[in-house]
Formats: sequence, structure tokens, C-alpha cells
Amino acid sequence: MAGDAQAADSPSATPETKMGTELLHEELLNQQVEVMFGYGGGAIMPMFDQLYESPIKFVLSRHEQGAGHMADGYARATGKVGVCIATSGPGATNLTTALATAYMDSIPVVALTGQVATAVIGNDAFQEADVTGVTRPVTKHNMLVKDVRNLRRVVREAFHIAQTGRPGPVLIDLPKDIQVATKVPLDQVKMDLPGYRPRKKGHIRQVRLAAQAINAAERPVLYVGGGVVLSGASDELRELARKSNVPVTTTLLAMGTFDGVADERLYLGMLGMHGTAYANYSVQNCDLLVAIGARFDDRVTGVVDTFAPKAKIVHIDIDPSSISKNVKVDIPVVGDAKLILEELVPLIEHRDRTSWFDQIAEWKRKYPLRYDQSGDRIKPQAVIEEISRQTGGEAIITTGVGQHQMWTAQFCQFRHPRGHITSGGLGTMGFGLPAAIGAQVGRPDKTVIDIDGDGSFQMTITELATGVEQGLPIKVVILDNQFQGMVRQWQEMFFNRRYSKTRLHNPDFARVAEAYGARGMTISDKADVADAIRDLLASDILTVADFHVEPEENVYPMVAAGKALDQMDMGAMPEWEPTESMV
Amino acid sequence: MERKAVFSVLVQNQPGVLAHVSGMFAARSYNIDSLVVGRTEDPALSRMVIVTSGDEATLEQIRKQLGKLVSAVKVRDLTEQPCVVRDLVLIQVACPPEKRGEMRQITEVFRGCVVDVAPRSVTIQLTGPEDKVEAFIDLCRPYGIRELSRTGVIAVPRDSAHSQRPGADRRRGD
Repeated sequence: MAGDAQAADSPSATPETKMGTELLHEELLNQQVEVMFGYGGGAIMPMFDQLYESPIKFVLSRHEQGAGHMADGYARATGKVGVCIATSGPGATNLTTALATAYMDSIPVVALTGQVATAVIGNDAFQEADVTGVTRPVTKHNMLVKDVRNLRRVVREAFHIAQTGRPGPVLIDLPKDIQVATKVPLDQVKMDLPGYRPRKKGHIRQVRLAAQAINAAERPVLYVGGGVVLSGASDELRELARKSNVPVTTTLLAMGTFDGVADERLYLGMLGMHGTAYANYSVQNCDLLVAIGARFDDRVTGVVDTFAPKAKIVHIDIDPSSISKNVKVDIPVVGDAKLILEELVPLIEHRDRTSWFDQIAEWKRKYPLRYDQSGDRIKPQAVIEEISRQTGGEAIITTGVGQHQMWTAQFCQFRHPRGHITSGGLGTMGFGLPAAIGAQVGRPDKTVIDIDGDGSFQMTITELATGVEQGLPIKVVILDNQFQGMVRQWQEMFFNRRYSKTRLHNPDFARVAEAYGARGMTISDKADVADAIRDLLASDILTVADFHVEPEENVYPMVAAGKALDQMDMGAMPEWEPTESMV
Repeated sequence: MERKAVFSVLVQNQPGVLAHVSGMFAARSYNIDSLVVGRTEDPALSRMVIVTSGDEATLEQIRKQLGKLVSAVKVRDLTEQPCVVRDLVLIQVACPPEKRGEMRQITEVFRGCVVDVAPRSVTIQLTGPEDKVEAFIDLCRPYGIRELSRTGVIAVPRDSAHSQRPGADRRRGD
């Protein structure tokens, strides 16, 4: 009736009030959130009630750390913001490791945590913790919402901060009374971030200087990091490398941004502590190092004063604080990698650089990645090579942390970005399985394989329940050497083989998998490896394959602490004698 | 080469911002000599003045890390230009009645003022650049300092200084 329409505008009518959780849900939908990962509790119950019939898919983990890693793996696999949710107190503090993991690798994650009511904050209430205090050092930003009228704005800001500039995890703490508060929502939900202006376009003068340096270089190298994945700049990278005719080395986080199969001559593999010898020799002998979306991490540089001693350094990065932080930069270019490379490529000239490529080919011939294939026990590297062969670089691989992680980077082919999901900066054991769950949820069309260690796997083994509950056909490969492998390697090399507290007494992983409702396989015979992997890859339910491997195998090459990149320990194979650089 | 730096940071006036800034300094092991924060003419913004020290590379990193904080709107290193720098001290000095005359004289010379008198002490308020404040405190020491409270330094650039002349005179008009 006409009268009703008028009544809505008249001052005596009651405007529609909304509850905090409704506003939060609305903003999540506005942000196009399709999945959330989490675990409930008292202080977050109102929001969980709001989610009861929500179109947003919910993946219930078994530990909040798992939920955090799932959101992280989802973000790395899809490029979207990963969202996780937990309750107050212990629920939120359990997220800390996952937030720190995402923070160190610059992954866009938004974490929502319940909090005790505003009236009792600071009173040591039940399940209260100073979550914004605890997570401040491991988040890009965090907020405590004290007025429900700010809620939508704060959530919008959180998503904006998480995925722009240098991405990172953002946490929003939600007191229970705010969740249930009902107020008239503001019409305007404008963000208020006067101090946040990430720079996107590179300064044209700096871009020109970089182009000149590349064109003039006799022995250049492109050093490519995770920023190229975050920026989506793989195509521009390939164009740059081919047009300029400059070899490419990638960090752990950038594996797959450059297709080393299609462009074999230009690819040097991974550099750094466990990188290829030819990548490390190239860096130590180059006259120009072009860093793109990389941060000169200590796993890459070795002793910083000895890093790339003959090179001028160009650094393309979105974060100005990364530039000249560890290594002095000659030509900084601040901005988004993709946009900068788009401007850079037209200014590039092709040069033959025959002697440089001859030198690199010589290093590749003399110092390939190798391992001793003899002996009765299964070699972990062989398992990975077989997986790589059978998947052709098309699978998404997640890993835990340690030897298995390094061998995966060395022996697995990655042909696409977002195909290698691993905890680089923080090095979080237990990342592999939950990250695989997040990745599979985000990319249901892909084969997802968690190549894990027996140590790492057990840290988040409880998430097998989540994987089975969600019906995810994840393949878990455990390179089971009954040790915390990388630490054992260091104990062998630097502590006289005193294996202090690194031996692991493991369960029968196949039976554990079956108890969870997954499939389990145990392989201890070399001859069975290829068939086992074929069988594994064909499985349409979550399957755990426990490979009993040689326990005292080491990762080589290795740049030990205190050494330069060209002072690698190549391992015990007789024909590997490290030689002086030849250029 | 180490030097002192005075950072003036305009931040959003919101709870938790001070913790963000001091947390960043602590996490990265940067030194804070003094930190003052207060409101500005804009109710949405506060100003922090932080005195720190380090070599050029460290100070450069501090400036960049401050800029990275979402709540930080603008960061300046005021030591790069002429500025007016002030510290405020309240100093309670042991002072028997027969010494009050002396105390008043010293106070007048420094253009401070006596804000409290008690049978055995006086409390003096003094503002000025750091070296003036230090000198006054040293003069008071022989009498016996009961208690001392300093704000730390606040600073604004001199308006004539927008030509960015480094190392120019900082003592005019105090």
C-alpha cells in the first residue's frame, strides 16, 4: 500500500537494524569469499550460527593451525585471499604459527577470531588472550573491533590490506558482544586508510636505467622470487628472459614461474644453500644481477658480504624496505613486478652472450644434480624423480620442511606458477598436509600431492580427518627415514654424527591413514616405486603412501653456514671436485 | 658511522597504534632513546616523535619500516633539516629555605619557572633544546635531585627549512 512506502521514510519508522554477524557475513560475500577454513568455540559461536546456512563453503579442520595453513595453501594455489576463523584464547593463539608462515612468505590471508566481550577484555576472562598483541609481529596489520558500526569498514580494509602492495595476513579480533550487537548499519562503508598507499608503477627513469644495465651486461642473471608469483608476472618474465637472452634462476618460492622444460637453455634451477651448483656459480660470476620480486634471503645469499661479488645489482620489488636491506642495490625499481616488466621489455635488446652461455653449459655438464643410485634402500630423490616423470610438471605439489622439501625443489619439474606450495621464510614443519587440503579445495581440477617427511607430517597429521571428511583425493607421499632428516644431516656434518633427539619412532602410517578412512600404502622395495606411484596417482580418495627410504641420505650441494655460494660441499661423489670459477 | 635521528611520524589516532610502532622497534632490535606521542590539530591523527640512533643503513631501514606500518600516514627524519627541538623537564631539587634564592637565580638564567615550593625542596619546570635541559640538570645535581621527569623530545621543522639545508643552525630563538 502507498502508505507503507511513505512510512519507511518518516522519522517515526524503525530503520532496519542488523546484527554484527550479519554485517560480517554480508561483507564476506561482498569480498567474494567462497570458502572458509576454521574451528569453532565459545566466543565465535554467533558467527558460526550465521554461517549455518551460508552459501560460503566451510572446511572444518581439526586444529586451528591446520585451518590457518589451509587458508594459506588455498591462497597460494588460487591467488585469492584465504580466510580462516577461530575462537578466542587458545583458538586464536593456535593460529599464530600459521599466520607467521603466511607473513614470512607474503601470502594474502584474513583471519577472523572471536574474543571475549568488550566489557571483560583485560580481566583475564575465560579463554581470553591479547590476540592483537600476540599476533602483531606476525601479521601485516590487525584490528580489534570495538564498535559494530565499524565492522564492515574494518573487514573491507582487512581484505584490501591483505591482497594489495606486498600481500600478507591480516587478523580481525571480534568481541562476542560486537558479534551480536544490533545497530543501524552505516550506508557508507568507505575505507579509512590514509597511511596505506602501496606503489604500483615503477618510476620510468629507474626502469630505463635497469634496461640500459641489462643491455650492457656481458654476464647477467635474472634472480626471480615469490613476488613474481604474487604479481602474476610469469608471462612477462618469459618474454624478458627470451628477448634479452638472460639466464634465469628461481628461489624456492618462485619454482614454476619459469618453465625450465620449454626454455632449458635459459634455466639455472634454484639457487642458494641447496640450489644447483651451476645457479650458484652463475650468480657468483655474473656482472649484473637482476632481482625481481625476491628479497636476498640468507638461504640464497650465503655470507652476505661475499654474495655476487662481481655484480651490479638491479632490484625490482614492491616493498621499498626490502631494497638495500641486506645487499646494497645499485638500481632500485619500486613497484609491481608485472607492471614494471611490461614497461621494461620494450626497452630490451637481444644480445648473444655466447661465451657466458658456453660457460654456463660447461658448469651444467660438470655439476649436474646427482645422487648415489646404488644400494638396496629406496632413495628419496628417486621417488621424487618418478613423481615428476609421471606428473609431467602439471601437479600441484605441497611439502613440509626439511630434506624432502629441498629434494622436491631439486628433482621435481615445475612448469607453472602456483604449482609449488611450500613454507620458505618461516620453514614450518607440518605445512604440507593442510596446505594440500587448501590447494585441492581451491583447484579441484588439479592433482595435488603432499611430498612430506615423517617428522613434518606428524605435526599436523590430525588433518587427515579433514581431508577425508571433505572427500579430497589428495596424494600424500611420506619420505620416511625415521629421522628429523635435515637436523640429522647437520648433526652428521657439524656435530660428529651425534644424533641427539632426532630419531623418530613412527607409527605405521598406512594403518593410521586407514583408521582415518583414507587409503594407505607402504613401500620398502626399490622395484615397487614406479608402480606404487602410478597406483597412488590413480587413486580417487585420499591416499597416504609411506616410502621407507635410505635414512642417512644427504642433500647436496650444500652451502654451509659461514660460506659463500661458490664454496659448496658437493657431497662424496668422486668426480665432483669444486673448481675455481673460470670467468 | 652512527648518528642520532629524530623521526616525526604522523599516525592514525586509534588504539593499538603505539603498540604497532614500539613493537616494530622491539622486534627489529632498534633503539628508542625517547618516544613522545600526542594529539594534533586533526582529531583523527596523532604525532609521534621518536629519537633513535644508528648508522645510515639502519636509519634508512627504520624510516622504511615506519612507512610500512598501515597506521603510519607520514614519516620524516627531522634531523635532515633545521628544526625546533624541545624537551620539557620537571625537576624536584632538595632545597632548604636558605638556598631558595640561589635556585631562583639559576632558574631565571635558564628562563625556567618554579612550580612548587616545599619546606625542603623546590620543583622547577624547564623547556628547551636537549643540551639546555642537560646543562640545567647538571647544575641541579650538587643540590640533590629528589625526582626528575622528562617528556622526551618533540620537534617541528623550521618553516624556512623547506629548502632542505642539512646541518643548518638549530639554536635560533630558543
